[in-house]
Amino acid sequence: MSIFEYNGSALVAMVGKNCFAIASDRRLGVNLQTVATDFQRIFKIHEKLYIGLSGLATDAQTMYQRLVFRHKLYQLREERDMKPQTFASLVSALLYEKRFGPYFCQPVIAGLGDDDIPFICTMDCLGAKELAKDFVVSGTASESLYGACESMYKPNMEPEELFETISQALLSSVDRDCLSGWGGHVLLVTPTEVQERTLKARMD
Amino acid sequence: MGDSQYSFSLTTFSPSGKLVQIEHALTAVGSGQTSLGIKASNGVVIATEKKLPSILVDETSVQKIQLMTTNIGVVYSGMGPDSRVLVRKSRKQAQQYFRLYKEAIPVTQLVRETAAVMQEFTQSGGVRPFGVSLLIAGYDDNGPQLYQVDPSGSYFSWKASAMGKNVSNAKTFLEKRYTDDMELDDAVHTAILTLKEGFQGQISSKNIEIGIIGADRKFRVLTPAEIDDYLAEVE
Repeated sequence: MSIFEYNGSALVAMVGKNCFAIASDRRLGVNLQTVATDFQRIFKIHEKLYIGLSGLATDAQTMYQRLVFRHKLYQLREERDMKPQTFASLVSALLYEKRFGPYFCQPVIAGLGDDDIPFICTMDCLGAKELAKDFVVSGTASESLYGACESMYKPNMEPEELFETISQALLSSVDRDCLSGWGGHVLLVTPTEVQERTLKARMD
Repeated sequence: MGDSQYSFSLTTFSPSGKLVQIEHALTAVGSGQTSLGIKASNGVVIATEKKLPSILVDETSVQKIQLMTTNIGVVYSGMGPDSRVLVRKSRKQAQQYFRLYKEAIPVTQLVRETAAVMQEFTQSGGVRPFGVSLLIAGYDDNGPQLYQVDPSGSYFSWKASAMGKNVSNAKTFLEKRYTDDMELDDAVHTAILTLKEGFQGQISSKNIEIGIIGADRKFRVLTPAEIDDYLAEVE
């Protein structure tokens, strides 16, 4: 089994109308054994910026700690929050620093930029950025997620519809992947509020 | 003066609490050619005298006002070679910032890093402080900005400032003439008049240098022809 499949994970982010949603599964495994069902993969950087980290759980946690460190320093120095595009460039640079001994995680970044325009992107473990206008996926369930998102996604969805769509895409994809699942966690971010919800799913 | 016993080493405080080498560095700045900067409502102008040691010097090869990034420019008073070192380091820092964040460095950040370099040279062994004060002019998301950085590494934001030989007269003149709602063209005129105040000899486009940055966020040094136009307007 590859190192990226050791813990199992599923992550997806989608763009809606002046909003975005980011969702993950909740399983933490050690090969085929499930060890936790409440594992957090999506982290807040600031009110309008979230990052999900799939892949090896320890690297995901370490990456998150490093990024929070960098962002806090940035906030203190520049007296402002980082823009999502700037943050994505930073993540890419940090990952590439470890080009010959990488962090085994694939980030999914989602945020509201200037004028609250939604921004999403993903990158591989070496920092190759992939910007998208509609959705980005990552994790062991990524192939199923691509299929589900491609068929279920519509542009300019309102927050409620976006929530339904991303939840359905996540749940149907993790059901096809034995290494991810055990519940879902969805964050829906609009310019005025953040809604956090846990999904009831097949617990296997 | 008891201080002079402590003037040999940069890294030793004198009893009066001063670092005498920095005081000497400020003296070097104070005997340098006058330079000044004015922040307008829609841009910044910086200017300096360009007195060359002889008429045989090719004045087109000398440029005192330089770019740190496309939207940040700098002028100095004091030792030219020292300013070149600082500009070189600052340019590199600006590009490193861009490489990391893919975003142009904000003016305040670049000023802080330049000032940090200057401060390093007041607390390390075997080096001397920089013999320049810099006036950094830039335009970013926070609008037009003008900063002065001293050899000690302290920096200040100014609406208008002058440095070098004629500093007190120039500052008095600027205090009288400065208004908050000045536009860039007015600021250029005021800058020329301020330089004229303490100018020895005839002012012309060959012996002054002017750099401006407007809302287009592109810093540029005015050509001699453009300076001539402004000079004619001022007459």
